[in-house]
Amino acid sequence: MKVSPAPFLFRGGIHPPDSKTATAALPLKDLPLPARLEVSTSQHLGAPAAPCVAVGDRVTAGQLIAKASGFISANVHAPAAGTIAAIREAPTPTGRTATAIIIETDADAPAGEPPYKPIPDWREQAPRSLLDRVAEAGIVGMGGAGFPTHVKLSPPGDKPIDTLILNGAECEPFLNSDNRLLIERAEQVWEGCQIIRRILGAGTIRVAIEDNKREAAKALAAAMESAPDDAHIHLLKTLYPQGSEKQQIYSVTGRTVPMGGLPMDVGCVVENVATAYAVWDAVVNGRPLTARAITVTGDAVNTPTNWFAPVGTSFADLVAASGGARDNLAKLIAGGPMMGFALPSLEVAMSKTSSGLLLFPRECVRPYRSMACINCGRCVEACPLGLMPNELSQAAEADDIDEAENRHVMDCFECGACAYVCPARRPLVQHMRRAKAVITQRRRAAAQQKKT
Amino acid sequence: MITSILVVSGIGLVCGVALALGARYLSVEENPLIGTVTELLLGANCGACGYAGCGGYAQAIVAGEAPPNRCPSCTPEALAQISAALGIAPIEAAAREVALVLCRGDDEQAQKRFVYDGITACAAAAAVGGGDKACRYGCLGYGTCLRACPAGAIEMVNGVARVHPELCISCRKCVAACPRGIIRMVPAASHTHIFCSSRDPGATVRKVCKVGCIGCRICTRLAEGAITMDGTLAVVDYKQPLDNEELPAKCPGKCILKV
Repeated sequence: MKVSPAPFLFRGGIHPPDSKTATAALPLKDLPLPARLEVSTSQHLGAPAAPCVAVGDRVTAGQLIAKASGFISANVHAPAAGTIAAIREAPTPTGRTATAIIIETDADAPAGEPPYKPIPDWREQAPRSLLDRVAEAGIVGMGGAGFPTHVKLSPPGDKPIDTLILNGAECEPFLNSDNRLLIERAEQVWEGCQIIRRILGAGTIRVAIEDNKREAAKALAAAMESAPDDAHIHLLKTLYPQGSEKQQIYSVTGRTVPMGGLPMDVGCVVENVATAYAVWDAVVNGRPLTARAITVTGDAVNTPTNWFAPVGTSFADLVAASGGARDNLAKLIAGGPMMGFALPSLEVAMSKTSSGLLLFPRECVRPYRSMACINCGRCVEACPLGLMPNELSQAAEADDIDEAENRHVMDCFECGACAYVCPARRPLVQHMRRAKAVITQRRRAAAQQKKT
Repeated sequence: MITSILVVSGIGLVCGVALALGARYLSVEENPLIGTVTELLLGANCGACGYAGCGGYAQAIVAGEAPPNRCPSCTPEALAQISAALGIAPIEAAAREVALVLCRGDDEQAQKRFVYDGITACAAAAAVGGGDKACRYGCLGYGTCLRACPAGAIEMVNGVARVHPELCISCRKCVAACPRGIIRMVPAASHTHIFCSSRDPGATVRKVCKVGCIGCRICTRLAEGAITMDGTLAVVDYKQPLDNEELPAKCPGKCILKV
């Protein structure tokens, strides 16, 4: 068992103040079951799941309430026993709306059997049956994007995977959900990681943890001691965005994912620690993914807390449980401050990908005027992909979307490093996002035209 | 010195001969009518006729592939001149249509849910939690249509886009640009319109906007068939005459206006 600094470092990146101290030492607390859960059918990338319950039905904890519809989709389960009160459109933390299943929970319901058969002897089981369990349990990438895990774990035969990277970087400021999970439930995370390796047949496991989370690294190292393996923990230099898949692969292995390609093109799969924990829970305990760790913090909440909360809990309930919001609350962000989504209100429910809820007071939310680009090139220096955000944003601003496309705006993963360093305070990411949306729309229209 | 002069003159001579031969044997006869028709068209190159610019449309007209009345912004006089130039019977102009923004929920009338502090593009605003306007069908007011308009016919009035019908050249670019899809082409001769696109039930509309259609159906009775209901939204059927002067005053949602 070795702990060592990561051998490589990606280009660019930024050093925002990590602001993690408020919740870094707070243990995960189980949230008291809310009276009402609003479980969205679109908590993942891809097609929303199709509801398979009706209003008035009684459901048990862990019961399947919406089935995956299509290849890239994921099952959704009831986080608690109760009655289906409504099925209606509801906002998601990403700013869209999707069908949500509203459950009036029943706190007195007996715990009951786990909905799926536990597989404690997974070491003897075929990888295929473990993969099926991951799909049944509705597990998605819990680092933020929500890509269905069973799809990620079934790479095509011509892309052999030799390295599994367990992503515990948590490079977003303020968040501690992954950090706490590693500190408190390291053994489960480690076992989940081994299950994933069995499914993939990958050779080595590399764990990536930023070097400001040494306690988490120590806890995981201790867990790995009891299960000796050729795995290796790499301490990454604290630098945003170390937690991004492609940057992390480079930091750990020195391999560069080709433009427009996927990690599997270089023989890697990256899984978040929370995902590994969910895989452990699904395989060893037979429980689907219905709860996760979430950090509620920021200067406008009374008691910052790390919760372990059921999916579908409304942010209003989470804030109330965290001592309520202060009067000077001015901005809400679901996720981290760099890549999270600003919320219009607290009446939004958390999803499988909600790693944090940030509440900021008025003092922290300075309105500013953005100015013309002064061509200083700081964004180019900061971009971890080597794109030129200055040129891209100017092209998008002038509606020259073709130019932005030629300069690879589609490779931008919206980490926000460019906008963070911009002295002219240009909303670079928003320009890029708009250009990407237009291009996606055009491509879809072109594909449709080809079909007809 | 002499060599340079000879070389340069030689090159000039060879090129001159090549050009003269090219002009003699490779020239393309263009119908002079095409030039005439192109000049008579507006020259906005807006593409509303379905051809690549005015030149392309003029070619199609002269070739007899398209009738000359497809340009929505061509005046009747210009159309008569084109017919005369082509030597065909005068063709009647198609009824002129103008774009209309079906929302008057401006900053005073309609509520906002939060402060949007991003780039001024409607699609970008709509991507942030569905947009800052409380009504999810209302005009976002960030001027995407205004920038799409080649004629400068759109103005932002108090946070809502308004088309000046006299300037509109009917190119439909704003219709395609609006991410909310609330710009509609209407006959220029019609003056009474319902300025609302909300398909929400009346109670929801009331909560977020003072000038929205609440689906009360009073107008459908007064208009005698010229207004129909699409769910909870009243829609004008421009094929029917709509001349009831009382309509604007009788609308409890105050969204029927005569302009």
